[in-house]
Amino acid sequence: MALIELDGIVRSYRLGGEDFLALRGVSLRIEQGEFVAIMGQSGSGKSTLMNILGCLDTPSAGDYRLAGEQVSALTRARLAQIRSRLIGFVFQNFNLLPRVSALDNVALPLAYARVPRKERLQRARQALERVGLGDKLRNTPGQLSGGQQQRVAIARALVTRPQVLFADEPTGNLDSATSVAVIELLQQLWQAGQTIVMVTHEPDIAAHAARVITLRDGQVLSDVRQTPLVLASGAPA
Amino acid sequence: MNPLETLYTALTALARNTMRSALTALGIVIGVAAVIAMVAIGSGARAKVDAAFASMGTNLLVVLSGSSQSGGVRGGFGSQPTLTWADLKAIQTQVDSVLAAAPQLRANGNLVAESGNWTTQITGTSPEFFVIRDWAIADGAPFTQSDLDATRKVVVLGATVAENLFGEASPVGQTVRISNTPFTVLGVLAKKGQSAMGQDYDDAAFIPTSAYRTKFSAGLANYIAGAIQVRAQDGQLDQAQTAIAELLRERHRLGAKADDFNIRNLTEMAEARSESTKTFSTLLAAVAAVSLLVGGIGVMNIMLVSVTERTREIGLRMALGARPVDILAQFLAEASMLSAFGGVLGVLLGVVSADYLAKQFGWSLLISPAVVGLAVGFSALVGVAFGLYPALRASRLDPITALRHE
Repeated sequence: MALIELDGIVRSYRLGGEDFLALRGVSLRIEQGEFVAIMGQSGSGKSTLMNILGCLDTPSAGDYRLAGEQVSALTRARLAQIRSRLIGFVFQNFNLLPRVSALDNVALPLAYARVPRKERLQRARQALERVGLGDKLRNTPGQLSGGQQQRVAIARALVTRPQVLFADEPTGNLDSATSVAVIELLQQLWQAGQTIVMVTHEPDIAAHAARVITLRDGQVLSDVRQTPLVLASGAPA
Repeated sequence: MNPLETLYTALTALARNTMRSALTALGIVIGVAAVIAMVAIGSGARAKVDAAFASMGTNLLVVLSGSSQSGGVRGGFGSQPTLTWADLKAIQTQVDSVLAAAPQLRANGNLVAESGNWTTQITGTSPEFFVIRDWAIADGAPFTQSDLDATRKVVVLGATVAENLFGEASPVGQTVRISNTPFTVLGVLAKKGQSAMGQDYDDAAFIPTSAYRTKFSAGLANYIAGAIQVRAQDGQLDQAQTAIAELLRERHRLGAKADDFNIRNLTEMAEARSESTKTFSTLLAAVAAVSLLVGGIGVMNIMLVSVTERTREIGLRMALGARPVDILAQFLAEASMLSAFGGVLGVLLGVVSADYLAKQFGWSLLISPAVVGLAVGFSALVGVAFGLYPALRASRLDPITALRHE
């Protein structure tokens, strides 16, 4: 059983009285431990696919099983629980709570997972150490660089020990040097066994994944397994 | 999130906009303070009116004789003498809920002084009467039990009578002739004003029953040709009425027969008056409640602004696993905290201003814990009621759109 199983996923929106199909029957399998990049032009449906994969949205038709659980037709509350239990998110614009310390930002998802506060702070500290920010626990996002903020966000995504980590253009707001450091961090996590699905439109970034799925007009155009570009371990951003 | 953390999160969110939170809470503060102060004013006014009525005799009962029947014509109450002097004695001594009882024999008569004459109602009674009616002496003294026992010809004048007979001069020690008998004026009663029916309470003269019975109708030796005025102990009017009725039924050996007496209760008018002040205080409270409502709308307004401002935060929290109910709880907690905070300050402000007003008007401070509890409870309810809509709106946001919100 694959970790992610999509069968004939269709997502339609009603725009100005007309049905617009963002996804027109997407079927794919992603196994535990894969590092997948989803590519495509804007309007190709990659963001819609990402939202459905991340259980933020539900498909109009088709089946989605995540870790064996049918999630295509759940209530919003159940979806929230799935997100809390199985999924970690990394966003393009980091989405950290301002004026809140890195430690508390990272601990936040654990509060919704009903982890006791003491354990929460301990796990948040460990997650921040894992991304190399063990010395920035008390810093607020405003006191951190973009690369550091994204690493706090990655720590926040990891802290619930999710089955899969979804990264939506994780390097989109970073300069190239910092981008490299962030993608290298993702690669390290993958090598440690973390399943990662990343949306990007940059081929340079996609080159670091082990599999590249390209979408066009809401359909899978190509699905290629590749040898990931492994960087000589450089200094963290 | 557990409830404590939800509260903590709400507190941090409120603390981030101190000024805004404080101003919003101020709306509730004023509302709650107004409710408490207005209700206190209302009860203060009511207590004042009640006290005024008590001085006119709120704890009063009048016991009247039964009615006579002659050739099919039935007389009114008091036409058939059934009450005896022994009955009066029994009421005075055997009923615990009775503070005092006095006979009341009435006739019209002409009072003649050197400076003029005046026809008024002359009441034969005992010294307890002035206690029963809570009627103070403005000048001189009332007659006493020894005046009664010695059948002295003494009179206490009502203010109107004194004025008509003697003008500005003090009548104390002067002589007035009643049915050609000279009576010495012992004192003048304080002014009591008019009854609801326009009868002037002060147009009266009071003499001991012994003197009355020698000068006016002596009546049957054992029977009271009039009424008995009774003052009950405070708050025991109903008990007194029942006890007197039982006592008289037993003394008159009525068995299965109907009462041969009638007991009247004079509190109805006072109650009507008290009712009108109650209406007045309800009105005040209603006006204050409107200001609390306005405060609640302020809370709703600020919560809506807050939800809009923090749309992205809401989207993020949802993406991180917050269920709709978690978001709902967070915003409800914020609204409730604003209201509860405002409620507590409002109680303090309300008590302080009610105290100030009470001193200004010379009323006693009347703040019932029930009103305070009601105001705080109501303000919390306002928080929940007006916070519910914004919180529901927040919890129903679509995480994807919320995350994209700028």
